[in-house]
Amino acid sequence: MSDTAILQASGIGKRYAGVAALHDVQLTLRAGEVHALMGQNGAGKSTLIKVLTGVVAPDDGTIALVGEPIAPRSPADAQRLGISTVYQEVNLCPNLSVAENICAGRFARRRWTRTIHWSRVHEEAAAIMRRLDLDIDVTRSLSSYPVAIQQMVAIARAVSVSARVLILDEPTSSLDEDEVRQLFAVMRTLREQGMAILFVTHFLDQVYAICDRITVLRNGGFVGEYRTSELPQAALISAMVGREFALTGTDRQAVPTGEAAPLLTAQGLGRRGGVWPTDLQIRRGEVLGLGGLLGSGRTELARLLFGLDPADAGVIAIDGDERRWRAPAEAIAHGIALCPEERKTEGIVAELSVRENIVLALQARLGLRRYLSRAQQNEIAQRFVELLGIKTASIETPVGLLSGGNQQKVVLARWLVTEPRLLMLDEPTRGIDIAAKQEIMSEILKLARQGMAVLFISAEIDELVRVCDRIAVMRERRKAGELVGGSSEHAVLDLIAGTA
Amino acid sequence: MSARFKQLSGHTLFWPLLTLALLLVANGIFNPGFLALQWREGHLYGNLIDIVNRAAPLILVSIGMTLVIAVRGLDISVGAVLAISATVAAWMIGGALVVDHGVTTAVTRLPMPVAIAGALGVALACGLWNGLLVVRAGMQPIIATLILMVAGRGLAQLIGGGQILTIYYPPYFYLGNGFLLGLPFTLFVVAAIYALTHVALNRTALGLFIRAIGVNPVASRVAGIRARLITIGLYMFCALMAGVAGLIVSSNVKSADANNAGQLLELDAILAVTLGGTLLTGGRFSLAGSVVGALIIQTLTSTIYSVGIPPQVNMVVKAMLVFAVMLLQSAEFRTTVRGWLVRTERRA
Amino acid sequence: MSAPLPLTAPAPRPTMPRWRALLLFDSKYTPLAITIALFVSMTVAGGIVYDGLLQPQIFLNLFVDNAFLLIVAVGMTFVILTGGIDLSVGSVIALTTVVSAVLVEHHGWNPWLVMPLMLLMGAAFGGAMGLLIQRFRLQPFVVTLGGMFLARGISFLISVDSISITNPVYMSIAEARLSLGGGCSLSVGALLSIGVLLAGIWLAHATAFGRSIYALGGSEASARLMGLPVAATQIGVYALSGACSALAGIVYTFYMLSGYSLHAQGLELDAIAAVVVGGTLLTGGSGYLVGTLFGVLILGLIQTIITIDGTLSSWWTKIVIGGLLFLFCLLQRLFAGLRRTRV
Repeated sequence: MSDTAILQASGIGKRYAGVAALHDVQLTLRAGEVHALMGQNGAGKSTLIKVLTGVVAPDDGTIALVGEPIAPRSPADAQRLGISTVYQEVNLCPNLSVAENICAGRFARRRWTRTIHWSRVHEEAAAIMRRLDLDIDVTRSLSSYPVAIQQMVAIARAVSVSARVLILDEPTSSLDEDEVRQLFAVMRTLREQGMAILFVTHFLDQVYAICDRITVLRNGGFVGEYRTSELPQAALISAMVGREFALTGTDRQAVPTGEAAPLLTAQGLGRRGGVWPTDLQIRRGEVLGLGGLLGSGRTELARLLFGLDPADAGVIAIDGDERRWRAPAEAIAHGIALCPEERKTEGIVAELSVRENIVLALQARLGLRRYLSRAQQNEIAQRFVELLGIKTASIETPVGLLSGGNQQKVVLARWLVTEPRLLMLDEPTRGIDIAAKQEIMSEILKLARQGMAVLFISAEIDELVRVCDRIAVMRERRKAGELVGGSSEHAVLDLIAGTA
Repeated sequence: MSARFKQLSGHTLFWPLLTLALLLVANGIFNPGFLALQWREGHLYGNLIDIVNRAAPLILVSIGMTLVIAVRGLDISVGAVLAISATVAAWMIGGALVVDHGVTTAVTRLPMPVAIAGALGVALACGLWNGLLVVRAGMQPIIATLILMVAGRGLAQLIGGGQILTIYYPPYFYLGNGFLLGLPFTLFVVAAIYALTHVALNRTALGLFIRAIGVNPVASRVAGIRARLITIGLYMFCALMAGVAGLIVSSNVKSADANNAGQLLELDAILAVTLGGTLLTGGRFSLAGSVVGALIIQTLTSTIYSVGIPPQVNMVVKAMLVFAVMLLQSAEFRTTVRGWLVRTERRA
Repeated sequence: MSAPLPLTAPAPRPTMPRWRALLLFDSKYTPLAITIALFVSMTVAGGIVYDGLLQPQIFLNLFVDNAFLLIVAVGMTFVILTGGIDLSVGSVIALTTVVSAVLVEHHGWNPWLVMPLMLLMGAAFGGAMGLLIQRFRLQPFVVTLGGMFLARGISFLISVDSISITNPVYMSIAEARLSLGGGCSLSVGALLSIGVLLAGIWLAHATAFGRSIYALGGSEASARLMGLPVAATQIGVYALSGACSALAGIVYTFYMLSGYSLHAQGLELDAIAAVVVGGTLLTGGSGYLVGTLFGVLILGLIQTIITIDGTLSSWWTKIVIGGLLFLFCLLQRLFAGLRRTRV
C-alpha cells in the first residue's frame, strides 16, 4: 500500500433545500487500497458518492484527481476522468451479450467499413474478464448469468475504461457468501494493480475482511479516517452512532405461551419456486421470529400466509377453520396484516397523503360502500401520527415526502388501524435509523403484550433472540428448525448455516 | 392578486375551462349568432346545445377512458367496441318495413329493450376481455386493447354481414334524436351517467382506491384493495360507455356502419382526457376535466364549420392541440421555457 | 450487532445440465422460431387446401403486394426495439404520395429530385417527433399520435381529391419488373423492400447505432451510464422510421400511381402487428428483423388465402390478425414468466 493520494476531496458541502446533506467532508483515496465509507442511513454516504461521480455538484469544497482539480458533471464525465462506479443494482443491459456490455461505446471497428469487428470485440472482452480471473462465455447474453457474475461484468466494464478510482456502492447486498468471496478476490487483484477502491457496505465483517482504511461519516459531517487495523469494531460502531453503543438486554421476558390456543396453523404450506411445504404455528400474544439468510424462503413464506402469492400445496387454518386465500384482501378479512420488506414498492402509496395511506387498509377491509367520513379519517390519522410519533408537517402531506423511518411508521400505522390479530413484519427496521428502530420495536412489543400475535422476520440474529418468544429458522426454502426465545445466538446461527 | 391567480391557475380545471371559454368567445366575435339560443316548437335550439349533443358519445367514452387511464391503463379499442355495440343493436332491432293494409309499420327482429340490453351486454363482454388480458395475462394495456381494436371491427363486419345496417324502428330514434323537457335526450343520458360516476367516485371509497392503484398498484394490493377486480371493472365500465355511445350514434344516424362508426374515437377520447388534465401515467385524474376536454374538441370542430374554414384543417388543429397539451404537461418543457425567460430577462 | 454475519444464502453453484444450457441459449430465438414455423405450416396447409397457393409467382407477390408494409415494418421494428412506438407511419405514407403527386404532376418537378426530397421530409418529420419525445420526455404513443393527425391533416390541406400520376418516370418504374426466369418476376418496390430489410439487418447487428438501439431497449438508464449516445439514438430511430415511411410512400406511389390523402389508412396497425407476430417484444430490447419479415409474410399470406378462396369475406383478415396478435402476446408473456421463475 503506497501513500500517494489518487483522489482527494476536501471541504465538501452540499445542501438540499437549505438542509445540509454534507458539511465539510473530506476523503482521501490512495493507490492500491480498499477504502471503506461507513455511516448510518442519512449519514451522507450516498450524497458524497453522487458528488464524486458527477450526479450532483457540490456547493463547497474541491475534488482533486492526482493533484489536478476536477469537477465531473455527469457519471459519464466522471468515467472519462477515471472514476468508475458500480452500483447495487447492476447497471448494465441484460439483453446484450457480456462482451457488448463490457465494450459498448468503444467497439473495435473494421478498418474500411467502420462496422463492428465482432471477433476482436469478443477477444478483448474475454481478455478483460480474464484479468479478473473469470473465464466465461462472453457471447452469451448477460441475463443468462447469475447476479454475481453480472456484478463482475459491471466491474470489468468499470475498470476497463482506464479507471484509476473504482467506487463500489453496496455491491454485496444481493450476493451469497461464495460470491462475496469471489468479489473480494477480484478486488484484491485490482488492488495489486494499483487501483484505488472506495467500498460502501453495511456489513461490518466485510469491512474488516478487505478494507485498509475506513472513513466514517455521521449526519452529513466527517467523523474521521482510520486504519482498519487500529479501529476495533466497537469503536467503529460508536463512531457511526455517535454514542457509546451498548447492547440492550432482553427487553422481553419469555412468557409461557405454550398453552395459548393456536391462532394460525399452516400445514405443508408451499409453492413451487418459493418455499417447500412447511408447517408453522402461531399462538395468540406470541412473538414468533422467522430467521434465515436472504433468499432462504422467509419472505416467500410470509407472502403465502398473507395470500400475496397463491399456495399450491398445504392448508392454512385460522382458529381451527381451514382457509384458502385468493387475494390478500381475504387474509386481511381474517385479521392478518403484513408490513412488506420493500417499503417503496410494496408499502407506501407515495403520492397519497399520510391520512389516506393510514386509512387505506381499513377502508379496503370495509369495502367500497362503507366509506369513512372525512372526520373519521382525520381522527384516525391524527391519533396514529401521535401514537407512533410520525414526523410530518400535516396529515395531508404526501407520504413520499417523509423520511424512510416515518414512511415505515405510516405503513405500520395502516395495519394497526385494522387491529389485526396477526401482524407480520418483514424486516421492519431495515434501512431506518436506530432511534426509529427502537421506537417501532417497542410499539410492537407493547401490542404483543395486549394479545396480538406477531410474526417478526429479521436477518439480525441478536434482534431475534432478544425479542422473540420462539424462533423458526428457514434454510434453503425449508424450515430448518425452531428454538425458544432467549436461546444463544450460536444456536440460531447453527440452524441458519446448517451446521447444527 | 397574483397569489389569487396562482391559486386559481393551479386548479386542474383552470386551463381546460379557459381554453373552452376562449374558443366560445372567439366564435361569438366571428359569428355573433353563435352563442344565441332559440326556443322553437317546444325545443331549445342553438350552437351550444348542438355542440353538447354532438359531443355526447365522445363525452361518455372519455369518462370511461379517464378511469382506465387513472389506473395506469389505456383502452384503444373503444372505437371498435362502439362499432360492435351499434351493429349488434342494429341487427337485433333490425327488422324491416312491413306494409299491412296500406299502412307501413316497422317490425323489429327482437324487442327494443332486448336489443339495447344485448348491445350493452356485448360491450361489457368486450371490456371483460380487455380487463382479463391486462390483469390476468399481464399484457401492456396498449397491446391488450390493440387486439380488440384490430379484431373488433372485423367482428362488427361479421355481425353486420359487411353491410351498413339500416334501422327502421322509429322508437329507437328517440335515444339519439329525441327531446325531453325541450332539451335533447342525450343530454340527460350524459348528465345521468356523469352524476352516477361522480357519486360512485366521491361517496364511496372508489375514488381513493383508483388513485391508490394508479400511484402504486402493488402496494394497493398488499393493503387489501382488490386492485385486479377494480381494474377489470373499470375496463368493463369503459367498454360499457363505448356501448352506450354506440347506441346513441346508431340511433342518431338510424343505421350502423361497422367500418366507420367510431373511427378514430379512441384517439379523440385520449386527447380529451389529456386536455382535461388527467396524467397518462396514472394516479391523478379529473372526470370534469375530461368532459371539458371532449367539449373543447367538439367546439373546435363546430368552430371550423361555422367560421367557414375548410374542414380539413380540423386534423391539423387537433395535432397542434395534442402537441401543445403534451408540452404544457411536461416538466422538462416548463423548465426549458423558464430557462429561456430568465436568460432574456438578464439580457434586457 | 455483536455478530455481524454475511446475511445471504449459500446458493448452489449454477451447474446446469447440458440440455438445459442448450434450452437457455435457444430461448432468445424461440419467438423467432415460432414465427417461422407458423409461416411454414400456414404455407403448407394453405398449399394443400388451395392449389394455386404454392405457385412461385404467388409467393413472390407476397413481396410485391406488401413491399411498403415491409419497409414501414423495418422502421417500426427499430422504434419498438427502443421501447417506443410510431403511429404516424400510415399518415406519412399518405403525405408522401400527395406531396409527390402535387410536385410532379402540378408543378412539373423532376421525379429524381422529388424522391430524395421525400426521404428527407420523412426523416425530418420523424426526427422532429423523436426530438419532442427525447427532449421533453413525452410519451411516444401520444407524440406520434399527434404526428399521425398532423401528417394526415397536411395531406388533406394539400389535396382532398386523389391525384393520378401520369409522369413517365413513375409509370416506367411502376411497370418495371426484374425477371427471375420461369415467368416469375419482382417489382422495383419489392426489390427496394428487400434492400431495406438487408440494410436494416446490417444496421442492427454491425453498427454501433444498431447496438445502441438494443441497449436503449434493454435499459435506458444503463445505456446512459455506459456513456452511449442515448439522445441521438432515440431521435435517430424516429428519423429512421420517418424515412422508412417516406420510402414506403414512394413505393406506394409506384404501386397505386396516385397521390391520395386517404391512402394507407390504418397501416400503422398492420405494421405493429407484423412486428409483434415477428417475435419482437413490445417492451423493447429483444427481437429480430428477420422475424419482422416473416410477420409481414404471414399477414400477406392471410390476405392471399382469403383472396384465393373467394368465399371468405374480407373481414376475416382483421379477425385472424387479431387472433394472431392475441396468440403472440400471450406467448411473449409466457416466455417472460418462464424467464423470471428461472432467475
